[in-house]
This record gives sequence, structure tokens and C-alpha cells, in this order.
Amino acid sequence: MSGVSLGLPAVPPRAPEGVGFLRGTEKFPAAARHELANAQLRRNIGKATHTIRAKRLHVTGELPDWEDLRDAGAAIKTDVMSRLPELLEQLEAAVVARGGTVHWAADANEANAIVTDLVRATGSDEVIKVKSMATQEIELNEHLEANGIHAYETDLAELIVQLGHDKPSHILVPAIHRNRSEIREIFLREMADVDPDLDDNPKHLAAAARKFLRHKFMTVPVAISGANFGVAETGTLGVVESEGNGRMCLTMPQTLITVMGIEKVIPTYRDLEVFLQLLPRSSTGERMNPYTSMWTGVTPGDGPQDFHLVLLDNGRTAALADGVGRQALNCIRCSACLNVCPVYERTGGHAYGSTYPGPIGAVLTPQLAGMDGKDDPNSTLPFASSLCGACYDACPVKIDIPSLLVELRHQKVQKSGFGAEAAAMKAASVAMSSAKLFTLAQKAAGLGRVVAGKKGKISKLPPPLSGWTDARDIPAPPAQTFRQWWDSTEGRAAIAAARKDGDR
Amino acid sequence: MSSRDVVMGRIRDALTLAPPTATEVPRNYRTGRTMPDAERVELLVDRLVDYKAVVHRSTEAQLPEVLARALRDVGARRIGVPAGLNDSWLSEFDGETVVDSPTVPAPELGNLDGVVTASAVSCAETGTIFLDGRPDQGRRALTLVPDLHVCVVTVDSIEVGVPEAMARLVPERPTTLISGPSATSDIELERVEGVHGPRNLHVVIVG
Repeated sequence: MSGVSLGLPAVPPRAPEGVGFLRGTEKFPAAARHELANAQLRRNIGKATHTIRAKRLHVTGELPDWEDLRDAGAAIKTDVMSRLPELLEQLEAAVVARGGTVHWAADANEANAIVTDLVRATGSDEVIKVKSMATQEIELNEHLEANGIHAYETDLAELIVQLGHDKPSHILVPAIHRNRSEIREIFLREMADVDPDLDDNPKHLAAAARKFLRHKFMTVPVAISGANFGVAETGTLGVVESEGNGRMCLTMPQTLITVMGIEKVIPTYRDLEVFLQLLPRSSTGERMNPYTSMWTGVTPGDGPQDFHLVLLDNGRTAALADGVGRQALNCIRCSACLNVCPVYERTGGHAYGSTYPGPIGAVLTPQLAGMDGKDDPNSTLPFASSLCGACYDACPVKIDIPSLLVELRHQKVQKSGFGAEAAAMKAASVAMSSAKLFTLAQKAAGLGRVVAGKKGKISKLPPPLSGWTDARDIPAPPAQTFRQWWDSTEGRAAIAAARKDGDR
Repeated sequence: MSSRDVVMGRIRDALTLAPPTATEVPRNYRTGRTMPDAERVELLVDRLVDYKAVVHRSTEAQLPEVLARALRDVGARRIGVPAGLNDSWLSEFDGETVVDSPTVPAPELGNLDGVVTASAVSCAETGTIFLDGRPDQGRRALTLVPDLHVCVVTVDSIEVGVPEAMARLVPERPTTLISGPSATSDIELERVEGVHGPRNLHVVIVG
């Protein structure tokens, strides 16, 4: 045991501001508004999420013990969080015993500095990268670039995003917002030595990427990866992928640096039998992904001879300090919740302003980076949901995302008070408590028809009601209230007819 | 204070502030399954074909002939092999055989037409072949850089499901799980086979 604790336990700090990609520049409703206006994006994401949803249901329905696997996966992850100190110590010892070096990074700044120093020590000014959420989260590529080191993303979608000077919009398929013709344009514009006759056939686009990266795989001496899991018992790390770019990065270079969130540790090698069933089926809707690589420290004569594992906190311990919220740390980054979410399907990933979009992002991002007051874009994320519960049903490790959203909403209100919506609800309850006031209010609402104009929608109301219309349009109120109709000739005739029907 | 102490201290603080309850892991999922040989093979073949791998069946005695024909059919003349591969397997092959070693620079493996290796274990239910770097499989780069991988799978190494296959592995060995040729669905979720790994996977099931 190490680390002397002095006095009372303190709530661990959130991820530092000003570094990394855990906070957008605008609130979710505002970001969603312009994302929703992008018809191309909505078409792409709608098509993609529906395709992958159907595949997932097919391959999860195939297993009679799917629910048993989910129960096991959920329990393993919950157990991990409760035994994190001992499991991390065990992982560290096992990796070191097999010739690896373990580094600890309290936050993004520290992780970036550690990785930069490690790359510098190799003398290389280039690195090849396996798709990794953790390195996205800390903006490692940008940090390396600022220090004269160029990072090549080697996952096809990450490459599309990188060459398009863009941000990923999905955990699994980061370029889900791009269609084939856009990708072709990006390649023609940004890829050195690309065939000028390249068409938009996905096969040909993939072949162009293969050609472009092949030379890098063979020559760049340093690779950086994330990890899907780290086994405490053996020190084994695993990366689950499809294209083989992962295998290339994990095999060809002399030096391998793996950045892993501390929550990715699992207790035993045997536990892999659960996650290697849950993850591919939930993620890509395949029985198994094409390639998974597992390595334990250094193997003489095979693969990188210099291996570094960087264990990253960056707000994870802050999430761990919340007995309810810590469930979000159980996430295995499969993206099933994104693909079933009606909100994500319409807004896409960019509106969430974080490496982690969709339902899991809405509960993970505010916990990692905090929700500092009502002007913080992150404080709007717990409200980016209709609480329909589809994410909970889809989650392979049974994270109760709807309950976490409600809890975070509660925390936000405790911190920064009620918004305009609460004031409107209060006013409504006063109006509805008296028939006279209600009639008056309804009459006043008729004015809304004037505001709505020809399009029959109200998109902008003055404060305090602007809080409502910032995020949604209101249909124009009807020409007559129910009470007015009830008192009209038409209404009386309809009621009389209904009575006759009922007497028969 | 080192960063290790800082992070460890934070974790302990977090668990003190919100004490966790002990969790029992229920393992009611299927383990220890068995199935007759013919059924296991049929299941594996079905999955491999679904992944667009090319499957060959062979008896032990026919293996050299089957391998020679498979290599000839794809026009592979220069074949890499791991040092511990059974010599008799390529006795019918009339092309050039190059024995791999750690001293061969990995990029040179790209000059091979293909590679023939054995495998450690396979999982029928998911169509997954496990390589673990034993002498008859070679280092990881050997089965990654060439564009053709011909992989020999013995019937007795085929297990029914993931738990049964994983139980036969040695955790410390560098392990690669292969389920068909490399693929991507990154462009409009349309699956394209063959990105960075071998674009062609041939599996010869023996026994």
C-alpha cells in the first residue's frame, strides 16, 4: 500500500479546463439547433444508426445467454470500481514484471507531457496511432503537434476526420457524419500521392487509405494506442479493432505507448470471456470483430521491445466519488446507446461538444469535467435526453443511464438553481388553480396565433419563456379554446349526438 | 508526492466518500460446452464463410496436397513460414519457401506472396482463430504484413464458444484473434474487406 492519506477525504478534482475535449463551446440546445439544420448529417446518421441497430439485435438475439452475459459484465465492472486501488497495483506489478514501464497521469496535462517526453526520447518526430478515446479526450495529437511531433491516425474513420480538419461524431464510427463523396473529396484534397482518378466506391477509398498508411506502418518507430481492457491478474492489455491498423501499430514499431483510463482495468484473464462476447456484438453488431490483439509487457523477438503504459485519471476519480454517478465508469465504449438514442440520431455527435457523445456522453462528460454553473455547456448535457430508456436496454453492462441523467439534473439544479422552465411551470400552476385565471390565460394564449404567423410555429418567445423556445418550437395555439368550443353551437350539437349514441 | 500517490489517494478518497457494496459476479452464461466434431466444424465453416474467408477441408494425409493446390490457385510462389512449422506440410509446394526469424526486418515480409501457419485454438460460434506466437505460428508481423494468410486449423483445436476457447490460452503469450480478413465499415457503414491486414484469409480445417 502506498499514498499516505492525511485527514479527511477530499472530493477528487475534475479534469482541468483549457485542455482536452470534454467541453463544447456552446450549450447543447444551441449546438443541436445548427446540427439539426444539416440535412446531410441527419440522413447519414439516421441511415447508419438504423443499419447498426438491426445488426446488433440480430447477433445479440442469437445468444440464449445474452442477459446472463450482461449481468456478469455489469457485476465485473461494478466490482472493479470498488476494488480499484488493489487492481491497479496488481496491473502495474504484472506489467513491470513483464518488462513494461507504468506511468501515472493525474490529468490531461500530465498525460500529454509524459507521452511527449517518451516520444522525444526515441528521437522520432512522427507517431502512428490506433483509434483511442482516451487520447482524443486529452487532445494528445494537438499537444504533440505543438511540440513538433506529427501523429498519424491510422483508423480509416479517424484518418477521414483528421484529414478533414474535423471532430469525431461517434464513438465507433467517428466519420459517421461524412458520406462517400465527401470522403473522396477529402482524400483528393489532403492525401499525398493519391490517384487523381479516385472515385467514391468505399472499396477504392479503403484501398487508397491502405496505400497511404502502409509506408508509415513500416517506417515510424513509435506507436500510441488506447486499451479496451487491462487485466490486473496478468498485466495483459487488449485492443479490439477491425481494420488491422491496430495490429500494425501494436506490432511493427519499436516503441509502444498505451494510454488507458484507470477504469478499464478488469480483475482476471477469465473476465475477457465475458467482454469479448459483449463488446463486438453490442458495438459493430458482429459475432466477433475481425482483429483483437492482446499483449503482456514485452515479448523478446516479437513486437515492440519498449512498452509504456500510461494510467490516466483526468476526472475519473471525481466520478468515482459519486455513489450513483460512478456507474458511468462501467462503460466499455461500445456505442450501442448512441445508435438507439432518438436525440443522438437527430443531432449527431458534435452537438455534445465532447469526445463522448450520446447518452453515455451526457452522463460521463459532466462527471469527468464538471458542470460549473448554468453557463457551462456541460450543465445542459443531462437534459439532452427524453429519458426514453432505450440506452439502458441496449447497454451491454447495464448502465442505468436514465437514472444517472435524472441524478445529474438534480445536481445541476442544486448547484445553479431553476431555469426559466421552472418559472413557467410555477406560473402555470397558479393559472391552473383557478377557473377564472385559467380562462383568462387561455384567452391570452390566443395571442400566440399572431406571434406564430403563417408557419403556425413559435420559434422565439421573450424571456423568461425563451428558455423553452431556445430548444424547441411551439405549435401555434388553436383558434378556439376547448371551453369556447364547448359553449358553441357546434360543440353542443356534437355532445348531444354523442349522448344519443351512448343511449343506444 | 508522486502522481501515482496522487491518483491512488484520490481513488481511496472517492471510495471513502461513497463506500461501495461488495459485488458477487454471477456467471450463469454458458461455459464448458461440447459438441460432436462434425457440428463444431460445420459451425466454424458457416462463420468463416460469413466473414468472406476461403475455407478448405483436408485429412491429415492430404494436407500437403491441399496446401499446394490452394497456393497454386492464388498464384502464390514465394511463401513465408514460421521456423517451427511442420516441414511435411509444404512438401508438395513447388515454389520458394522462406523461413522467418526475428532478424528479418519486418517490412521485408511485404515481399512475400503469402504465409502459411498453424493456429493455437479456434472458436466455432464466432468464427475466430487464435494465434499465440508458438514456433508453428511465428511472430505477429509474419501473419500481418503479407497479403495472404493460409492458416491451418486442426479439428481438435476447435472449441464451441468464447469461454471454452479462451480457457486454452496462455495469457502471457502475445495473442491475436482473427475473425476473417480485415474489414472496415467506416464509410457509410458499408463493409469493405481488406484494409491493412492480409486481404485474403484461407483456412484449412484438418482432421
